[in-house]
Amino acid sequence: MSRLAATFAELAQKNRKALIPFVTAGDPNPQFTVPLMHAMVSAGVDIIELGVPFSDPMADGPVIQRASERALAHHQSLRTTLAIATEFRKTNGHTPIVIMGYLNPVEVMGYEKFADAVHAAGIDGVLTVDLPPEEAQECTELLKTRDVAPIFLLAPNSSAARIAKMDSIGAGYLYYVSLKGVTGAGHLNAAEVETKLAEIRANTKLPIAVGFGVKDAQTAKTIANLGDGVVIGSALISEIEANLHSPAQAKEAIIELLTAMRQAMDN
Amino acid sequence: MTEKYNMPDARGHFGVYGGIFVAETLMPAIEELNTAYQHYMQDADFIAELDKDLQHYVGRPSPLYYAERWSQALGGAQIYLKREDLNHTGSHKINNTVGQALLAKRMGKTRIIAETGAGQHGVATATVAARLGLECVIYMGAVDVARQSLNVYRMKLLGAKVVAVESGSKTLKDALNEALRDWVTNIDNTFYIIGTVAGPHPYPAMVRDFQAILGREARAQCLAQTGKLPSALVACVGGGSNAMGLFYPFIDDAHVKLIGVEAAGDGVETGRHSAPLCAGRPGVLHGNRTYLMSDDDGEIIETHSISAGLDYPGVGPEHAWLKDSGRASYVNITDDEALGGFYALTRMEGIIPALESSHAMAYTLKLAPTMKKDDILIVNLSGRGDKDMQTMAKREGIEL
Repeated sequence: MSRLAATFAELAQKNRKALIPFVTAGDPNPQFTVPLMHAMVSAGVDIIELGVPFSDPMADGPVIQRASERALAHHQSLRTTLAIATEFRKTNGHTPIVIMGYLNPVEVMGYEKFADAVHAAGIDGVLTVDLPPEEAQECTELLKTRDVAPIFLLAPNSSAARIAKMDSIGAGYLYYVSLKGVTGAGHLNAAEVETKLAEIRANTKLPIAVGFGVKDAQTAKTIANLGDGVVIGSALISEIEANLHSPAQAKEAIIELLTAMRQAMDN
Repeated sequence: MTEKYNMPDARGHFGVYGGIFVAETLMPAIEELNTAYQHYMQDADFIAELDKDLQHYVGRPSPLYYAERWSQALGGAQIYLKREDLNHTGSHKINNTVGQALLAKRMGKTRIIAETGAGQHGVATATVAARLGLECVIYMGAVDVARQSLNVYRMKLLGAKVVAVESGSKTLKDALNEALRDWVTNIDNTFYIIGTVAGPHPYPAMVRDFQAILGREARAQCLAQTGKLPSALVACVGGGSNAMGLFYPFIDDAHVKLIGVEAAGDGVETGRHSAPLCAGRPGVLHGNRTYLMSDDDGEIIETHSISAGLDYPGVGPEHAWLKDSGRASYVNITDDEALGGFYALTRMEGIIPALESSHAMAYTLKLAPTMKKDDILIVNLSGRGDKDMQTMAKREGIEL
């Protein structure tokens, strides 16, 4: 069984939901990310999403854009993100890692080389924001044969037909973005999420992680009652941005926030 | 070519190029747009309204002007200029914004957004939005806002809100990113008017179809004036909408050479340029697969050109296809060479071209003398140079 499937199976058994932090690899500096990943695991996260820095992050709001810019200033890239995963895997063999980024770095590396590299780095899932299922056939096949899950986004306006399409081509989990708009925007509406999740569940058996708009322990708890996992990104990166003078303090603040979320979700 | 050209396929592919590469949040909007576009391009009432606007509001047809003196001076091909500079707002951009704005109106959208580099597309968009009474927001890189202040003022006069984009390189590509972010956030009431033959399907095909009016006119005018088809077409290529509009009606005329002119900036060998077809590699950006300026890690490289309208790291996917298939060829012209084209046309024919179009003029200086005297060469004069007076004066050390 893959690490992702094993994680969701174990969580289901314990009647718990997955806490899934998102951080941009190499933000605010290349040395920060691996120790942070280990600390987040100690704080009780279940899956880690690593953002691959990209020069033109079209689907991201200002917070994650700036994280990308900080990482790019240190020449972080797809290759160094894979190196971070490799380093993390040396001492952690069980926590799934999902990388999330844009297609162009993958295109330039080449799909086959990318699939090999991702597999070799011990990465469990790949979410490529601007690669919808219609264009994803070749890449997803290469990933699946290496037991790496292609993970797809679902939006509030995704039709039942599209949900079924994601179900057939995707693996690992589906990532429901609960707001229209970019990352880090607005407030989520729990009732709307609940209605949409019912429609999604009618079309897929894959676990559903919910993100966009999760800011604190309270929203994490609300979402945990609805989905199978809670993704938190911009709120964590805001802590990095607020503590650029002291990455150690940033790490402390992130761990504090995740610990509070874990507690809220489990009670 | 034995079969009639019929690109793209139903999902917007030109060979391996084009397609729809966007986040899921945008997909329903793209599908809605594609359905409307397919429907209205077959709708006689819509086409009649568009034709009427193109004639009475834009001022079409634009002349195909025989540049007799310039032709004689160069001693080769007979040069004909397609006068898109004479359109309302001063460039070919309005052909497309009129079309997309009418589509927006038919779709019941009340808010228009657009990205702009030099400001020509922004002005053309603000213009049609004003005429239709639609709210209008234009995204423009902060660097471009500073170097194209005249057009910023024009857009504001027309009632548009101009947002200076401070992220990334603060130029056209970042304005496009920001416009996409706006669109995904305000999908229900907003129509995104993309200004070039790039972006996710249906934009490359749709913008080409709206711009093809200029190529159809040029073809008919050339036949009427000279009794034959041209030997070659020359047009500048940034995103490539004026070139695509000119080339498209000639693609099946296999003996007509199609030549696109990219911006070489300081020279392709310096790396400071905007010539992805000549010196880039295939990749995916802004919703389509095409030639891009990107580094070995797939990050997009900052571009350079004297003309803000060509200062973009990508190019329309149909150009990528025409290049690979060999149907069109792509050359490049440096900033300095473009200035040569600018002065040549100004002094020889009394027409001041836009700096973008000056790249096509500069290539004409090289190409025309190598052609026979009975060859016809059509050059797209895609826009007028009024907007570039400040840039030119500054280069000449003159304070206006």
